[in-house]
Amino acid sequence: MAKTKAKARRRKPNRSLGGDITNIVIVRNPSLENFQDLFILMQQSWVPFSRYILNTVFITAVGTVGHVIVASMAAYVLAKHKFPGRVLFFNIVVLSLMFSYHVTAIPSYLTMSFLGWIDTYYAIIVPQLAYSLGLFLMKQFMEQIPDSLLEAARIDGASEFRVFWQIAMPTVKPAWLTLVIFVFQNLWNTTGGTYIYREELKTLPYALQQILAGGIARAGVAAAVALLMMSVPITLFIITQSNIIQTMTTSGIKE
Amino acid sequence: MRKMASNILPNTKMSFSARMNNTWAEMKKNKVSYMFLAPYAIIFAIFTIVPVLTSIGLSFTYYNILEPPKWIGFQNYINLLLDDEVFLIALKNTFIFAAITGPIGYFAALFFAWMINELPPKIRAIMVVIFYAPTISGQAYIVWNTLFSGDAYGYINGMLIQLGIIYEPIQWLTDPTYMKTAAIIVVLWMSLGTGFLAFVAGLQGIDNTLYEAGYVDGIQNRWQELWYITLPSMKPQLLFGAVMSITSSFAIHEVLVPLVGFPSTDYAAHTVVSHLVDYGNIRFEMGYASAIATLLFIAMVGTNQIVQRLIRKVGS
Repeated sequence: MAKTKAKARRRKPNRSLGGDITNIVIVRNPSLENFQDLFILMQQSWVPFSRYILNTVFITAVGTVGHVIVASMAAYVLAKHKFPGRVLFFNIVVLSLMFSYHVTAIPSYLTMSFLGWIDTYYAIIVPQLAYSLGLFLMKQFMEQIPDSLLEAARIDGASEFRVFWQIAMPTVKPAWLTLVIFVFQNLWNTTGGTYIYREELKTLPYALQQILAGGIARAGVAAAVALLMMSVPITLFIITQSNIIQTMTTSGIKE
Repeated sequence: MRKMASNILPNTKMSFSARMNNTWAEMKKNKVSYMFLAPYAIIFAIFTIVPVLTSIGLSFTYYNILEPPKWIGFQNYINLLLDDEVFLIALKNTFIFAAITGPIGYFAALFFAWMINELPPKIRAIMVVIFYAPTISGQAYIVWNTLFSGDAYGYINGMLIQLGIIYEPIQWLTDPTYMKTAAIIVVLWMSLGTGFLAFVAGLQGIDNTLYEAGYVDGIQNRWQELWYITLPSMKPQLLFGAVMSITSSFAIHEVLVPLVGFPSTDYAAHTVVSHLVDYGNIRFEMGYASAIATLLFIAMVGTNQIVQRLIRKVGS
């Protein structure tokens, strides 16, 4: 037994690299040098770096808020109103989730170019407003709202929009808090793809990709970048998750 | 006047125009509903329905992006099913991946969401972050490249060698024997995604009084509680999670590229989406790629029908 172990050891060129679990967990020579390098790189960029940050913040904020409102309104009527075409429409939305986006890229590009939206934020924000997943998620939760609750508000004379905004939305708070995470993540990580070409309109992930393109020499900076990029969604994530609490009891809803 | 008559007698046989009038009256009555739906519906139609229908249309053409599409009927489909051996390998791999990662990922998501449900909000939030971290961090799965690395520096190889179990490193990510298993492990590691968060939120939406009523009605243990109260109360979320599991487990591709390479050795981990990306983004045979997408779509829709029927039976 001892012999095989010794043999195995001899075969392995450098013990400090593999196998030893302490090397995975314990960091040797910790430093903040990567963050300093990142800061220097940021100052060298052609467009002021704050512009990239502002662009991403703008896209993410408008897109997330817009999507939650647009999708929730549609989900509300699909779940709680009875009108011709609602089942068909909902089924189409769910099925659309199953179509591979790789092949729709070209038709989508042609649509954008037809509308003259290339090189504008419309091309990024507007399609995100009708993201299929959001409607599906919200509709599933809206279904669970007791009809009696909505009916009571209507009898009190509330307009349909008020019923939606002041009764339905607070009741499904866990749902839209969850949805915020999904949309935020999508938009926060968007590089502008094939739609944005003007440098001053480009986003933060795009700028960071350029840093990553520095290759192995920038590996440390790349890791710093990844950490910074992740920290925002994770902070938001923790905030929203700790707000997902029992709505059905806190708002005193009972059938 | 006629409209009213047809509203009163909806079951009698009506002419087409009368029925249209009836629907129109019905639609006018629901004006508010359509106004709520309109912003979403318009954007959805332009940016999702139109591109999807265009792609399905392109699947009947030869289209290389540079020249205008040429109509070739079902030729793409015939070639795919009868002439393309790699597609058949990809199809088999996709079904293996989907059959393993879909159900396991789904039940794991449900189980973990249920486990952490009763923790206080702050602690629960932290647990959710830990479970969801592989998904939120985007590309973090490349750490598995170091773990599964084919030389003796790879953590798994290194450990196995040190323990004396193997004497030479195993090519986890390039040997067709191990490749698929390695990929499945990574996919499962990432499977607490969209569905998991929906379950976490869904469990919080269940009215506590239902449990109290359940115990009065003779529910004896946590398992009965889960089956008769918890799961039936979150059926909408279960359906949502199932659709998300299907769409992600049938469309595994991005994870595979840095892991096993693209294409993988002997196409051992080649999936339908890999094949689609190969034809669409590399060979620019958009018509052919669209045909692949359409077939994949049909497979997912079929699976979805079966799964939805199963979920309707929950709690009975």
